[in-house]
Amino acid sequence: MASQPQDINDFVGQKYEAGFYTDIEQDSVPPGLDAGVIEFISKKKGEPQWMLDWRLKAYTRWTKMVEPKWAHVKYPPIDLQAISYYSAPKSQENAPKSLDEVDPELLETYEKLGIPLEEQKMLAGVAVDMVFDSVSVLTTFKEKLAEAGVIFCSFSEAVNDHPELVRRYLGSVVPVSDNYFAALNSAVFTDGSFVYIPKNTRCPMELSTYFRINAMNTGQFERTLIIADTGSHVSYLEGCTAPMRDENQLHAAVVELVALDDAEIKYSTVQNWYPGDENGVGGIYNFVTKRADCRGVNSKVSWTQVETGSAITWKYPSCILKGDNSVGEFYSVALARNYQQADTGTKMVHLGRNTRSTIISKGISADQGQNAYRGLVRIAKGAENARNYTQCDSLLIGDKSGAHTFPYVEVKNTSSQVEHEASTSKISDDQLFYLRQRGIRDEDAINMIVNGFCREVFKELPMEFAVEAQKLLSISLEGSIG
Amino acid sequence: MLEISNLQVAVGNKPILKGLNLNVNPGEVHAIMGPNGSGKSTLAHVVAGREGYEITGGSVTFKGKDLLELAPEERAGEGVFLAFQYPVEIPGVNNVYMLKAALNGLRKYRGQAELDAVDFLKLVKAKTKSVGIDDGLLNRPVNTGFSGGEKKRNEVFQMSVLEPQLAILDETDSGLDIDALKAVGDGVNQLRDGERSFVVVTHYQRLLDYIVPDFVHVLADGRIVRSGDRKLALELEERGYDWLKDETVAA
Repeated sequence: MASQPQDINDFVGQKYEAGFYTDIEQDSVPPGLDAGVIEFISKKKGEPQWMLDWRLKAYTRWTKMVEPKWAHVKYPPIDLQAISYYSAPKSQENAPKSLDEVDPELLETYEKLGIPLEEQKMLAGVAVDMVFDSVSVLTTFKEKLAEAGVIFCSFSEAVNDHPELVRRYLGSVVPVSDNYFAALNSAVFTDGSFVYIPKNTRCPMELSTYFRINAMNTGQFERTLIIADTGSHVSYLEGCTAPMRDENQLHAAVVELVALDDAEIKYSTVQNWYPGDENGVGGIYNFVTKRADCRGVNSKVSWTQVETGSAITWKYPSCILKGDNSVGEFYSVALARNYQQADTGTKMVHLGRNTRSTIISKGISADQGQNAYRGLVRIAKGAENARNYTQCDSLLIGDKSGAHTFPYVEVKNTSSQVEHEASTSKISDDQLFYLRQRGIRDEDAINMIVNGFCREVFKELPMEFAVEAQKLLSISLEGSIG
Repeated sequence: MLEISNLQVAVGNKPILKGLNLNVNPGEVHAIMGPNGSGKSTLAHVVAGREGYEITGGSVTFKGKDLLELAPEERAGEGVFLAFQYPVEIPGVNNVYMLKAALNGLRKYRGQAELDAVDFLKLVKAKTKSVGIDDGLLNRPVNTGFSGGEKKRNEVFQMSVLEPQLAILDETDSGLDIDALKAVGDGVNQLRDGERSFVVVTHYQRLLDYIVPDFVHVLADGRIVRSGDRKLALELEERGYDWLKDETVAA
């Protein structure tokens, strides 16, 4: 156990001596990670000393940690010293000059999703001046949000413009020492989003379209912090149904949500990173820590996720139900096909009285895909009258795919009520034949059955997102029968 | 319209149909009766295109086309409809939504314009009235939590919306009480228009009290052993199937 940190330290020490990363004029650092690299990132971003200290603290903790191995996923060891932890936004020189130079398959997908042409260019990384419509749209959004007093900006901006809020809440939900990847993220995160909703304010719009644009180039170690002050409400949409060009293989994001008294946060995700080809080559490793702290009484956090991408997904959006009467919800659809592996689920930690949580998880496995639900429901001693309802359904397509369920339940209070329901089903020949006999093509029939299976989760998504998610699922499943 | 000639079908290595002949002309109602295990449901499934059956000989043509070459959805497009003995539950899929996709699938196959939501709902409303199906069933997930009678009524309702040229009813009477049987019979009779043909597969005579056939065939041991009119069905009810078997063996 102890040998790995030792090795890392040795390695780190060597590189530090070489000292070729300290040149602040450089646009990127060579691969490798040590304290010098972190100083470089922090300086490059013009961060205050407290931020650097925080990063270094995280780094020190990280060097003493080992990569977790308990997830039901298999992958070759990741060489974290082979990654470059800072590079300036990509030069446009090598980018495709027009959509004609972009992979036709990618364009076909955009077409099917109905993505506007200008946005297609952006997603495909076409060199364009940022003077098209979206910039003005962006400005309009910003004005409208500012009127309501909502702060919505990049994480870097927040560090400089709202240090009191960042210092108060950063790491208060996911401490730097929480887990290996969270510690790594805390040390080296490049950027992300920051949201603050003031007291008794209902955020005037879904934070979505804006995000699609805002989220570009935030890199592989993204950091998000959302604070809903007393009596406020916000719906936040993360991700994009369109597959994005990305050369980073490892993604280790951290998302922290804080809900104070009577506040409500709805966080929806559609994740569609490159899953690797049909032989399992390439693809993103997505190791994310997402956690919400329902700190206030009557607070509520609802996670909804549709996960169709990434070669490996390792993700457990969780709720700490600290405030009395607080509510946590988790609705998830996870698809694994070809050689994709998903180990995802949630943790609901009931601390306050009359806390309630609901978990609805739908796993779909096709081809050789492996899908695992891993969930923890913990009822603490003081959580009088806590309630949890969990429903885990798995759908198998073909005979080589797998579904696994790992539910953990810890109850320390006798007045609580915990329910767990689980089912595993296959798309049956009977169902397929029935729909085909009615005149529905075989692929459409599969989509219909799968979408029906996911309905309980899709209805939790904001309307537009739900439509996109359904389309995405159909596209992701194309050719999965045979 | 439907011509089945010397059809031989096996499941695994076991022959089920052993040279079956049947001709159905437009507007005719044919009843296929027979003891359990005689191959009635196999016949219905093979015509509709269900996988898992090996066609070892013979042919099935529909309006001159080789039906056995077509996928199930293509057969539906040609106008073949199967009312299932056991309609399957499809959780989360809205009944009307499914039906709209089905109707538009058929229209697309036939090169017709697809119906939009408004026109489709008008059609559904009209059919709901004529078949007498409970509105409440329309927006529930397909067959999910339906009673036996509701499932069968839903099959007839789907048939009325999809308007096939040939409808095969596979033991539609099984599991129905008298009231449900009458309702299903009424629904089917409304769809008899002199052009549409029906093949009614049943074990019991009682369904034929409501859906009066032009022809009755007895299927035993993979062949049609006797054909006749309505009276044959009544005779079967009185004497059972055994006398026919004995007769076949004797012959």
